[in-house]
Amino acid sequence: MDTFPKEFHRRTRCDSAENMSRVLRMKDPRLADQRATSFLSSTSGDLSRNRVDGIPAMCSQFLNTQSAVQAGPNDMSTEQKELTQTPLLKIWVPGMGSSLGQRRGSSRPQFTNCPTMIVMVGLPARGKTYISKKLTRYLNWIGVPTQVFNLGQYRREVVQTYKNYEFFRPDNEDAMKIRRACASSALKDIANYFTKEQGQVAVFDATNTTRERRGVIISFAKERGYKVFFIESVCDDPEIIEANIMQVKLSSPDYENYDKEEALVDFLKRIDCYKLSYVPLDEEKDRHLSFIKIFNVGSRYLVNRVQDHIQSRIVYYLMNIHVTPRSIYLSRHGESELNLLGRIGGDSGLSSQGLKYAKALAEFIRGQSIKDLKVWTSHMKRTIQTAEALGVPYEQWKALNEIDAGVCEEMMYEEIQATHPEEFALRDQDKYRYRYPKGESYEDLVHRLEPVIMELERQENVLVICHQAVMRCLLAYFLDKSADDLPYLKCPLHTVLKLTPLAYGCKVESFYLNIQAVNTHRDRPTNVNIARKTEEALQTVPEHQ
Amino acid sequence: MVRSVRFVILTENETKRHRTADIYRHIFILSLSLCLMAVCMTNCPTLIVTVGLPARGKTYISKKLTRYLNWIGVPTKEFNVGQYRRECVKIYKSFEFFRSDNEEGLKIRKQCALAALNDVRQYLSVEDGHVAVFDATNTTRERRATIMRFAEQNGYKVFFVESVCEDPRVIAENIVQVKLGSPDYTDRNTEEAIQDFMKRIKCYENSYQPLDEDLDRELSYIKIMDVGQRYLVNRVLDHIQSRIVYYLMNIHITPRSIYLCRHGESDLNVRGRIGGDSGLSPRGKEFAQCLGRFIQDQNIKDLKVWTSQMKRSIQTAEALGVPYEQWKTLNEIDAGVCEEMMYEEIQEHYPLEFALRDQDKYHYRYPKGESYEDLVQRLEPVIMELERQENVLVICHQAVMRCLLAYFLDKSAEELPYLKCPLHTVLKLSPVAYGCKVESIYLNVEAVNTHRDKPENVDISRLPEEALLTVPPHY
Repeated sequence: MDTFPKEFHRRTRCDSAENMSRVLRMKDPRLADQRATSFLSSTSGDLSRNRVDGIPAMCSQFLNTQSAVQAGPNDMSTEQKELTQTPLLKIWVPGMGSSLGQRRGSSRPQFTNCPTMIVMVGLPARGKTYISKKLTRYLNWIGVPTQVFNLGQYRREVVQTYKNYEFFRPDNEDAMKIRRACASSALKDIANYFTKEQGQVAVFDATNTTRERRGVIISFAKERGYKVFFIESVCDDPEIIEANIMQVKLSSPDYENYDKEEALVDFLKRIDCYKLSYVPLDEEKDRHLSFIKIFNVGSRYLVNRVQDHIQSRIVYYLMNIHVTPRSIYLSRHGESELNLLGRIGGDSGLSSQGLKYAKALAEFIRGQSIKDLKVWTSHMKRTIQTAEALGVPYEQWKALNEIDAGVCEEMMYEEIQATHPEEFALRDQDKYRYRYPKGESYEDLVHRLEPVIMELERQENVLVICHQAVMRCLLAYFLDKSADDLPYLKCPLHTVLKLTPLAYGCKVESFYLNIQAVNTHRDRPTNVNIARKTEEALQTVPEHQ
Repeated sequence: MVRSVRFVILTENETKRHRTADIYRHIFILSLSLCLMAVCMTNCPTLIVTVGLPARGKTYISKKLTRYLNWIGVPTKEFNVGQYRRECVKIYKSFEFFRSDNEEGLKIRKQCALAALNDVRQYLSVEDGHVAVFDATNTTRERRATIMRFAEQNGYKVFFVESVCEDPRVIAENIVQVKLGSPDYTDRNTEEAIQDFMKRIKCYENSYQPLDEDLDRELSYIKIMDVGQRYLVNRVLDHIQSRIVYYLMNIHITPRSIYLCRHGESDLNVRGRIGGDSGLSPRGKEFAQCLGRFIQDQNIKDLKVWTSQMKRSIQTAEALGVPYEQWKTLNEIDAGVCEEMMYEEIQEHYPLEFALRDQDKYHYRYPKGESYEDLVQRLEPVIMELERQENVLVICHQAVMRCLLAYFLDKSAEELPYLKCPLHTVLKLSPVAYGCKVESIYLNVEAVNTHRDKPENVDISRLPEEALLTVPPHY
């Protein structure tokens, strides 16, 4: 009754690599071989930033077009285009032969349809760079290519040595010229970032305190069709300002040769230079602009004209972050029975070593004397068992569950190699984007963990008891690791990572609680080719029972 | 302490998906545990208080917010003081009732406010509600102080939502949309009603004290200006307030329609199998073509099309010939070990699971799979984005469509899993007044029925025939 060849039925079950390659061969004999897949591996990285999904641009040259139905926008032919699933991302796409230009389905979330410039506004020491860096880290983590352009850096490159605050006096013509040139240079780099480097968001981190300067930026953006969103930080609490100066300004390259007292005095004079000409964003006069005004480190916000999804997300994020000192503790569950057997996934209980770890963790936590600690776990038995030993209330998050390995759940790496050698190789080729058949990818995990990150930002002291892949994603967010590094971050069992925000980043302390456990970290092997030998594939598999 | 007991009971549901022996072991462990199943939104009840002149959208916001909070699992109820007034003063005469010098009127209105607050206390402290929305003008500082004293006495957090709007067109539109149909104006003609209502607004204007940046700097509130052009947010205290602010900043009132439909009939549908990732059957393909024509005929401005990442929904979208976005979060509910099984097979291999599912279809989680409750959590970003968007067509799946529909039509957790979402039928939802108009369009392409009603006997010990009583026919 159906017109699909039998292969498609088997394909949908994704039972074995053999079937998959048979399907691929049906479309094009060359696809199952080395050459085509080497293109998959070499270009898949580039495509990570593209709007369209998995199939590399160059593949179309090699693909057999005979099976593709020519499709125009109004093609109403009764012959439906056959869908095939891309090997790496497991995304269904119409026919192997259709070119990128014809593809209509985007599997990337559409945050915005044109590049966005985020423009910081505010006197010095108001947290602009702190916000810029944090926001950039967040946007990159959720998959929006973002970069900070800090005007201070540009100025330091031009004016090699900083003398004193006089450079910033409003009547210093020479300095003004230099500062304007730096601004133009930064704007040029932003344009380059958008057009040549496929960036989506650029954060222009500078004081931008005059209406005139903001006018220049707005014209620049308008000419090129970029959206502009202003973030203004307003603060008149002298304690906060001084704390900022102590934390980040005194260690700036500008003040290398100053002693602390002098530096503080000079910086305060620098701020005064800006105060006279400072024109804050105005509710009335700037009512047609899109902006958020943050007052006194978040006690109040004024939000005007949010235009699209990405701006809405940015506002939500900014309204959830805080600067109260606190620590985040990340740990995996104790060693599990499946860990011992070298099997991935599943929902097993703790091994005897794992139970020992749970008790050691409880002692460690007590020893840390943490104020109002929240404890979070996943819904899986091993994390819950670990938390139980702590004897304190804890919250279960399904979003913290380990990555779903689909058909490979509870398998050993040796078994995956035996039954799904192609999948195993694809995973090594692009571990971040690779999705297990009927399972998830690290990319999916990041998406799933976003609410956890948002809530972690809101909270103060938290202990998160989770899993290897999950912990890697969370760690990558805090330590600003790229998608390439993320899946290989070391998160060993029985080790607690204590993250403490410091200046513009995060301090990490690692505590190994001295309870033996198996190693579950599998490095990327040298040979990631589909045609590799079994020994080459299993080269980096850690030992197990 | 009361709250932690409630969460322990929830965990017993969670254990239902394990085998019998495990069940007892888990109940034993979990009843001793201190674990919470749900993310703790807030540790004490929250009282949301609306502020604003009449016809500023307070009731619209109250109802919408209540619907959203209930859908994400936060028990919420709204208390509209106008209702209380209508019960007290049976017949509404004219705006004179609201004059600030009308002693009698003021007394009654104050009584109504107190009666409503009393019911709020009943809901939050006795009935386990988490959030109460106190919907009234609350335009004077004095009235707000009364409410805050009440909240402090009872240990509730207070969050104000003020709507400020001076655009006469928006106000006129509001009056036409919701005031004219109010019980207050059943006997008036449109002209008179508008006149009277405008005079009513005037009565409040003189004594209106908006929330002030300085005087009210210690309060937690959001001021919504000009229907969302601008927001002023002050002192957000906790997670639930943060979510409320995010939600309020994403909703809009621009007229638009949301089209919900399932993928065309799939091969597994035809064989009575659940889940999986099969392609469309020939009738399913025909539906896809019809859908394409239907969408063209509707002539929708700037339509966005969303699908899941499953083959059947993508195939359906492909036939439309327009760009579309694939969302993994729109994927069908994961039936875990029961994926691709027929109901008959589930009954044969997992009769206990099958019965547990019938006992509580919303909370039941398939072994190694998901529950409707999980689905709702997964779909929350979709709902948030749907609120931001204008015209959207969502091509999804049965369980997913039920969850989305329950959000728009304010269906409870009990009703949600049994909402009828047949194949080859498009539901067009258009916001109207305080709710949603639904039009159901069957595209006249035959398809199997995939809807299984709750059978009468949900007991574990039931016979297979009783269990399979409501299974729809298939090939």
